[in-house]
Amino acid sequence: MRGALGRFFLKRLALSLLTLWLLSVVVFFGCQVLPGDPARAILGPLADPRAVAALNQKLGADRPPVDIYLSWVGGLLTGDMGQSYAYRAPVAPFIGSALVNSLKLAAMVFAIVVPIGIGAGVLAALRAGRPLDRVISVAGLSLTVIPEFVSSIALILVFAVLLRWLPLSASWPPGSGALVQIQHLILPALPLAIVLFGYIARMTRAGMVEALAADYTRTAVLKGLPWRTVLSRHVLRNALLPTITVIAAQMGYALGGLVVVESLFRYQGIGSLVLGAARAKDFAMLQAGILTVGAFFIVTTLAADLLTTLLDPRLRTGGRR
Amino acid sequence: MTDSVPVAEPSLPVIPAPAPAERRGRGILGVLLRSPGFLVGAVILLFWTTCALFAPSFVPYDPYADDLLNTLQPPSVEHWFGTDQLGRDVFSRVLVGARDILTIAPLATIVGTVAGTAIGLITGYFGGWVDAVVGRLLEVMLSLPLIIVALLVLVALGPSTPTVVVVVGLVFAPLVARTVRAAVLTERHLDYVAAAAVRGEGAPYIMVAEILPNILPPIIVEATVRLGYAIFTIASLSFLGFGVQPPSPDWGLSIAENYGVLVGGYWWTVVFDTIATASLIVGVNLVAESLQRALAE
Amino acid sequence: MTDLTVSPPVLELRDVSVCYRMRGRAVPVLSRVSLSLGKGEVYGLVGESGSGKSTVALAVQRVLPSNGYVSGGQALVNGRDVATLDRAALRQMRARDVAMVFQDPGRALNPSLTIGRQLAEVFEILGSAGGEALRRAEAMLERVRISAPARVMERYPHQLSGGMQQRVVIAMALAKDPSLLILDEPTTGLDATIEAEILDLVDTLRREFGASILFISHNLGAIAGLCDRVGVLYAGRLVEEGPVRPLFRAPRHPYTVGLLRCLPRPGLRKNLAPLDTIPGFPPAPGSIVAGCVFAPRCGLADETCRTVDPPQVALGEGRVSRCHHHDRVGSLVHEAVRAMPAAQPAEHANGTPVLELASLSKTYGTAPYAVHALRDVSLRLMPGQTLGLVGESGSGKSTLAHALLGLIAPDAGGRMALDGAVLAPEVRRRAPEQIKTLQIVFQNPDSALNRSHTVRRLIGRAVTRLGGLAGALREAQVTRLLEAVRLTARQLTARPRQLSGGMKQRVAVARAFAGNPRLVVCDEPTSALDVSVQAAILNLLAELQAERQVAYLLISHDLGVVRYLSDAIAVLYLGRLLEVGPAANVLDGPHHPYTEALLSAAPSVTGERSGRIRLTGAIPSGINPPSGCLFHTRCPRRFGPICETEEPPFVADSAGHAIRCHLPREKLGRSMAALPA
Repeated sequence: MRGALGRFFLKRLALSLLTLWLLSVVVFFGCQVLPGDPARAILGPLADPRAVAALNQKLGADRPPVDIYLSWVGGLLTGDMGQSYAYRAPVAPFIGSALVNSLKLAAMVFAIVVPIGIGAGVLAALRAGRPLDRVISVAGLSLTVIPEFVSSIALILVFAVLLRWLPLSASWPPGSGALVQIQHLILPALPLAIVLFGYIARMTRAGMVEALAADYTRTAVLKGLPWRTVLSRHVLRNALLPTITVIAAQMGYALGGLVVVESLFRYQGIGSLVLGAARAKDFAMLQAGILTVGAFFIVTTLAADLLTTLLDPRLRTGGRR
Repeated sequence: MTDSVPVAEPSLPVIPAPAPAERRGRGILGVLLRSPGFLVGAVILLFWTTCALFAPSFVPYDPYADDLLNTLQPPSVEHWFGTDQLGRDVFSRVLVGARDILTIAPLATIVGTVAGTAIGLITGYFGGWVDAVVGRLLEVMLSLPLIIVALLVLVALGPSTPTVVVVVGLVFAPLVARTVRAAVLTERHLDYVAAAAVRGEGAPYIMVAEILPNILPPIIVEATVRLGYAIFTIASLSFLGFGVQPPSPDWGLSIAENYGVLVGGYWWTVVFDTIATASLIVGVNLVAESLQRALAE
Repeated sequence: MTDLTVSPPVLELRDVSVCYRMRGRAVPVLSRVSLSLGKGEVYGLVGESGSGKSTVALAVQRVLPSNGYVSGGQALVNGRDVATLDRAALRQMRARDVAMVFQDPGRALNPSLTIGRQLAEVFEILGSAGGEALRRAEAMLERVRISAPARVMERYPHQLSGGMQQRVVIAMALAKDPSLLILDEPTTGLDATIEAEILDLVDTLRREFGASILFISHNLGAIAGLCDRVGVLYAGRLVEEGPVRPLFRAPRHPYTVGLLRCLPRPGLRKNLAPLDTIPGFPPAPGSIVAGCVFAPRCGLADETCRTVDPPQVALGEGRVSRCHHHDRVGSLVHEAVRAMPAAQPAEHANGTPVLELASLSKTYGTAPYAVHALRDVSLRLMPGQTLGLVGESGSGKSTLAHALLGLIAPDAGGRMALDGAVLAPEVRRRAPEQIKTLQIVFQNPDSALNRSHTVRRLIGRAVTRLGGLAGALREAQVTRLLEAVRLTARQLTARPRQLSGGMKQRVAVARAFAGNPRLVVCDEPTSALDVSVQAAILNLLAELQAERQVAYLLISHDLGVVRYLSDAIAVLYLGRLLEVGPAANVLDGPHHPYTEALLSAAPSVTGERSGRIRLTGAIPSGINPPSGCLFHTRCPRRFGPICETEEPPFVADSAGHAIRCHLPREKLGRSMAALPA
């Protein structure tokens, strides 16, 4: 049985690496092949052809695409992410600090939304069909579909402009302590939390409703167990397992939302880095940034899969998958 | 014993009603018309569709006309929603602003639904290596946040309306494909598919004539849900400068243009666009949700 | 039977009615059901699907679905009305007095807790501490005859076989030593030999524990074997009640009579007599019926029956019937009026078989995880005859059918021939003539009929593809086929969900016959249907065979069905043929020990659940099959090391009856009662 589990892990890891490789091809294709002529894209249609050729040579874009791809991947493996055209500096340090900032923001988002979302979902399921359930479901549904820039503006108006409770900018003064940092992060984290709330609550509710209706729950009730025990031992355990995967998948979504939120709040994260690179047509920066986002998503889903497998005896002990 | 089950007891599954079946089609419409969520959503959608089609002919001002003497005027009798930085009438701009998003989003949804349905049918039906290869490619697409994929392609190709339609459509295709594939896999194991194969039917017939009619309900639901997200995504792209281009009065674009003066207290320049965007998306989702419930009944 | 007068009944229902709210309407599911169970008594509640029998159990335990409610009457457990219990008292009742076992044990167990944990819980509620509870749990597993209980304690539900899971659920139920045990279809979905094992276990345990048992089942044989008294439910009403033997021997309600006559009994064969059926359909739940609910389907119904709801009539000796004409049910004429086909198919012993399989094998996966679903199977089927294929889950029955139909490719080396011509492994390589010659009727019409198509399209498409007809010819053929399966043009525009189970299966049969097939595979054609409907479908299949000289490959786990329709029988076990021969020879013996076990596993309504031969242990997995004789791990006749090391030869006698066993023929078992009709 252990062997089967190990094999499953290895297989899952190999698949993730394959996805990562394909991702690098896709990103490379999007950043280097799709624009056709990077220098032309940068300099615009009116530029002098000689300047375009010179820039292409400088960017290394005059070589065959396969060569460019291989040297890019080779660089990535040694930690060299290429040279930024806009900053005229290596890309890697920018990515590093932006990723750290984005992770701080993402951590804030999840610290807010995971407990509230799961709690609301559980509550809604326990009151299924009653007013509280309707309120949670309708609120979750409506909040999930509000674009971050829309809710951001509402939040900024209320909390930063009218009430002045929270700082408008997400960037804290250098050398600030953790508390100040958290204070600055609350406002930008809220729009993302709002979007994720409905989703997590809905998935939790669905899992709970299924577990509550399951035969094994009826068995537990008919054993004469107190309702509290039925809930904690039999229902929650089976209901929350699928939620792990859902939350992990939402990580990827949250990273996408960062693009909007970080630019709105002028926060130096991976999202605003990617957006800036896109606006400046800084393709080296763009492809490194996008690859980082994708790789991060792949790692989180892998981790969630492994965690689910470890926690679910049906998967852990082999057999059904 | 009538009211016996305590509040906290599990609600066991409802025994399905033996379907008085010939009235099923009418039944769904009936359920929808009795659902307040659907009615509210439908009214919102109808309102914005009317605006998108006819607003230019009945708004009080030309939404594109600058009036540099009257910039950033607060809401008043002349300008119900005030004026923006260029003195344009916000009320007129908000109503006419529905036009671009209500053109692009449905088209993108259609592209995504059709492409996704085709991919899902083929991968789900054939399985094997087709499924493995295509599935892996779709997973790569899904490993990037949608907005980033869209951004990448739009930067490379340059933003234009047809590009936005195709890009958002293709970005949604894997999600639709995933839903369709799951539905096909359930159907694939039913014996009517085997029965068709035993009579010597070919794969295209089985996919289109046998399986497709049975998976239409989830596809319809998925399409309405996608429409909501298409509006979400396109509005966000416009806000970032990669969607609808100036001088359109598009809501996302307007918010991006006027967001800078928000801190100065000129809230009316963005608030109405914000409300418009939110109401449209909530409207679409209310319809999608009601549809999902009605089809599940 | 025990004396009922001393203490209050363990369970008493007084005029209990239950309704479900559906689309704002109250739909009655049970109406005024009264029954009582004395101490130590076993009461069988029998009824077809939709009769409301499971609702009884849910109402007693107050776990009706959220849209269900008791609309009248009282349910008393040990003299206490369960409706009046407060939450604590209700929990006490569930913890101590009443235990319940449902169908589908795999879902009744929590997938993420070990067996030990789930079982110990019961003792913890009753006050045992952790270690003590675990010890008692293990002891309990031993009492339900689980060998190596310590190992099972560590397992998760999905690691156990279905039979083992049901033992655990039964252990869990009996752990609290309840005064009332409710078994709701406890063996449905289990294989015949496992079912027999579980029923035996319940029979033994009832004596050990002394609990009263409410046994709910659609299976008349199982009820007859286990119960003291029986109640017959029809459309939510208890139509007849009484001690089990006399009731089944001389029923006093027309519905009970019909139900018993529908069963394919030993001795009945397709060419001797048709099976009785109950005409019509049960009323839709919630429909208002004036008079007797059964009147529309009853041969004795008169004006009184259609207007006056019959009262419960006490008949003495504990028997009750809800029929105006309970004294006349003996005069009910047999329903089926089918003229027997004049000419029986001649014996084609020397002709070309319609189907010939030689050394057919199918392996899934690759070593070391290969599963041998079929091993070297060779069979012949003559035109116009039926070959019954019998076996439990994992025996390879369905694999064989799918290989035959070209849905899966068998291993290289085997040979399939239809009317002497080689049959390609894939459908698309087969000649149109072959495709039309070989068709199938699936087990479950809900799955086999496309739910978005109308009957016209379902049959019409088959007529086009298989019969090559179009336009008016096609329409005419569709009409002819509908008539052949006793449906009318009224059903042409219906979609499957608008038809009853029996009608759906008729459509499936019509579709299979669209191209005048010579061989139809019937894959468990009646196992998704109620007995009264089953009889009608079996009659239809027999008629069509006699008219059209079609051959059937009949796959079934129900020996009654196989016996009724088959001319020859083959027995599969783990993909291997253990026995094959003319039907009479296989049924009468000498039998392979496995066939013998299957035969004695099937309970009969006469109540003699013959305990001649019982198997123990689970069906082995195809991944890791036993060495030597595949059956040796469960064989009660295993006699020496040869069984474990050497595969027995497949020896046929002069009649073509072959048995794969090391024992000589004269030592093999024979049927004790091969009685004629």
